[in-house]
Amino acid sequence: MTEGDVAAAVEAANARAVERMLAADPVLVDVAVAGDAIQGLGDRTILHAGPPIGWPDMCGPLKGAVAGAIVLEGWAENLDTAAELAAAGGVAFHPNHHFDAVGPMTGIVTRSMPVMVVENRAFGNRAYCTLNEGLGKVMRFGGNDAEVLARLRWLADTFGPAFGAALREAGGIPLKAMIARGLSMGDEMHQRNVGCTSLLLRALAPALARAVDDRERLAGLFEFIGGNDQFFLNVAMAMGKAIMDPVRGIEGSSVVTAMSRNGTMFGIRVSGLGDRWFAAPVEMPRGLYFPGFSEDDANPDIGDSTIVETVGLGGFAMAAAPAVAGFVGAGTAADALNYTRAMEEITVARNPEWTIPALDFAGVPTGIDIRKVVASGRTPTINTGIAHREAGIGQVGAGVVRAPMVCFERALEALAAEMGVA
Amino acid sequence: MTAGVAATRTRAGFYLDSVALMRISQAVQDIAGVSAASLMMGSPSNKELLRDAGLLDADAEAAGPNDLVIAVRADDGDALRAAFETAEAALRGPAASGRGEAGWNPRSLETGLRALPGANLAIVSVPGDFAAREARRALERGLNVMLFSDNVALAEEVALKTLARGRGLLMMGPDCGTAILAGAPIGFANAVPRGDIGLIAASGTGLQEVACLIARAGGGISHGIGVGGRDLGAAVGGAATLSAIDALDRDGATRRVVLISKPPDPETAKRIADRIAASPKRFTLCCIGMEPMDLPGNARQAATLREAAGDAFAGAGVAEPERTLEAALGRPGRKRGTVRGLFSGGSLCAEAQAVLMSAGIRFFSNVPIPGAGGAESGHRLIDLGADEYTRGRPHPMIEPAVRDRPLAKALADPEVGVVLVDVVVGHGAHEDPAGRLAAVLAAHGREAPVVIASVCGTDEDPQNRSAQVEALRDAGVVVAESNAGAAETAAALLAG
Amino acid sequence: MDDRKDPIQKLLDGPVSVVNIGLAQFARTLEGEGVAVVQVDWSPPAGGDRRLIDLLDKLGA
Repeated sequence: MTEGDVAAAVEAANARAVERMLAADPVLVDVAVAGDAIQGLGDRTILHAGPPIGWPDMCGPLKGAVAGAIVLEGWAENLDTAAELAAAGGVAFHPNHHFDAVGPMTGIVTRSMPVMVVENRAFGNRAYCTLNEGLGKVMRFGGNDAEVLARLRWLADTFGPAFGAALREAGGIPLKAMIARGLSMGDEMHQRNVGCTSLLLRALAPALARAVDDRERLAGLFEFIGGNDQFFLNVAMAMGKAIMDPVRGIEGSSVVTAMSRNGTMFGIRVSGLGDRWFAAPVEMPRGLYFPGFSEDDANPDIGDSTIVETVGLGGFAMAAAPAVAGFVGAGTAADALNYTRAMEEITVARNPEWTIPALDFAGVPTGIDIRKVVASGRTPTINTGIAHREAGIGQVGAGVVRAPMVCFERALEALAAEMGVA
Repeated sequence: MTAGVAATRTRAGFYLDSVALMRISQAVQDIAGVSAASLMMGSPSNKELLRDAGLLDADAEAAGPNDLVIAVRADDGDALRAAFETAEAALRGPAASGRGEAGWNPRSLETGLRALPGANLAIVSVPGDFAAREARRALERGLNVMLFSDNVALAEEVALKTLARGRGLLMMGPDCGTAILAGAPIGFANAVPRGDIGLIAASGTGLQEVACLIARAGGGISHGIGVGGRDLGAAVGGAATLSAIDALDRDGATRRVVLISKPPDPETAKRIADRIAASPKRFTLCCIGMEPMDLPGNARQAATLREAAGDAFAGAGVAEPERTLEAALGRPGRKRGTVRGLFSGGSLCAEAQAVLMSAGIRFFSNVPIPGAGGAESGHRLIDLGADEYTRGRPHPMIEPAVRDRPLAKALADPEVGVVLVDVVVGHGAHEDPAGRLAAVLAAHGREAPVVIASVCGTDEDPQNRSAQVEALRDAGVVVAESNAGAAETAAALLAG
Repeated sequence: MDDRKDPIQKLLDGPVSVVNIGLAQFARTLEGEGVAVVQVDWSPPAGGDRRLIDLLDKLGA
């Protein structure tokens, strides 16, 4: 191919990639037990956020969550022996992304955990994400004490089955339109999910009432969802994964299909580059801290939640959520608009179905193009929670972080090689 | 050269366009006790300039093209501090103002086109190293291009113009600052009425002078197309000029065409003449310094810009009135000695050379027209917009302070009897070049040589030509009706 | 619009509609004259890295 042909091929491949993104029809269909739903997730296997990583390289929160999960699964007696087991190679580690799954922050998924199931009905694929445990001391931030494990058991034994039954009874909840409404309610689906959480609860309340006989238990479910503004985040993440998976493997496409961090490395995958990860050390988030915490306490960037930015939400949809812009900088509504406009520089298209009122109903920037990232010198803006750097303490703040440019440069080099023009 | 103290500061990832930086540099340099100040992006070529200036230290050496370097040399630490404070304050200034509260401009051609999908012209004024790339991207997206930037390689110009010809697009420039398209002023352009005269010009000030002379005589311009200084050279072969002739041929609003250029390459000249012969319109060719050429019946050759304007529009090419020479003779101070011409417009410098040559006066110029080879008669006509003066500095049309030092030197030089200057106003030009000139003159006594100027512009320009003329006259400057007239007056004084 | 007209004719027929890449002053002038213009705040591609720019050009960015 001549250079002009290569350029045209990349353009065409990217058009196809975005077409697939926009054609997606994600529906929240079920809550299932991870070991049943996720193919290949067997005994002594731990899925984690981000690109592949071994125990020695894991950050504090990830190690803490791993230890907690081992105890939860009964593979070790206590946290100390759990850590020894992990260090001795007694468990296998894999990225969620290799198993059609995603998880926020540490992103730990093991066989007994309940997972949300989102089906992309346009393509027939499914994606999975754990249930959101709420704020504070939780496993996704590395929490692993008895309280954390007890909540996880309640999610598995009580909440998950009831929620799954309700979803099945309702025939699934189509998510695209719900996201569209959430954007007009001030959600960007990463740091702010209060609108969509409420919409989901409203949509599912009748089916939940039918699925749960015990009024106290039903009240407990409502209380859990209603008390957690971020409940919908995990739904949005599974949706993001379900949307992006069919975009993988389009020859020549420079569209990013996944961005993810394991607390040590930030990795991206690109449609035209198969399932390779292009990784670089993660950066520190900038943001606001809960009282009593500061940057000194912060863990570097972590989690699969960047899948929502990959589909054009989160930092890309900041204009819809001026409240979130307050986590960084001046935090004015104008700043929020500019965050979204900046992401238009690095994307292929606007999503006509997910529009932002404050931008005259312009669609969210969609389809991150590694070429544009490198050319513009502007990496994706990611809205994120901030974990304490020590295991077991939990979330200490929230803010904004940039994807490292090196990932995109490496991927660009690989794409040039793939296309025979390096 | 290294007396005093020098220091640099680097702002990583802080990009500002070079004109803004150079204006800030000028403001910092104006601080008492500051001997040199430069704000530059840390590109290799800029760092070389800093090294040459003795301003490059290890920190600045480490800066990259996206890092801003502030380099200062001053008499003492206080002046150094003041310089940095002024620079930093100026850097804060433009970012905070000039944008609406939700202000956001696109950062790339592509997002720019999303904002304005119907765009039909890209103006490219980025640094020369990157200018061709942006121009090519614009052409590939079907946009006509005005490439303002200089320092574009000749091979790149040829490639761009070949691409443009193939796509039926107009590729103006590079290194051409002026166009007037369907009434829209592009780059350095004057406010002239619309009319039936089309201009095709290799250089910006040539186009401006002819347009303004026509406008001031009551005529109007259909379009002014700037094709770039090398367009009629052998390598480019008149690619943009031919496209422009094609376009003006078909353009219903255009009745006559004026073509302004340096003398073309002979083969290109023949190609252009053949093309003109096939045109139904009347042409005036002004290639300053060119021997009389064979032209078809619908074309005439003019020796000066003024003559070209007069050929295209009756009344635009009037001879300089007697009163100008009388005014010059009536000035106190020296009138005898050598001529020192200090021009901001390259074509205006060339036109002045043509006038002096035809008066039999020999002179030196840094950009001599054909036949004007460097006689050391003491007369000097200098184009301050030439590359050797503008590397790393603003063009004198943007920042007339560039002329301050050579002007002061000429005024103080006992050999010099006549100082010849041009003042170019209009969009893009400095807001008060006459005021800057007057300020320099005020510092010199009645014994200084006579200063003769012309003002290229119109009263509709932002600076108002009449007001500029008035300010110059108040400062004791003799103001001619045209650049050619100013040169004629200078020649007459020498002869007198 | 007359489709037989080439892009140069369309430009000269007007209205001129401009993407201004670089000096913002040119855009301000055009705005003042009522010409449709969008200002592009340009910075060097890939931070001026020649090797990356070369790859970008080959991949059509």
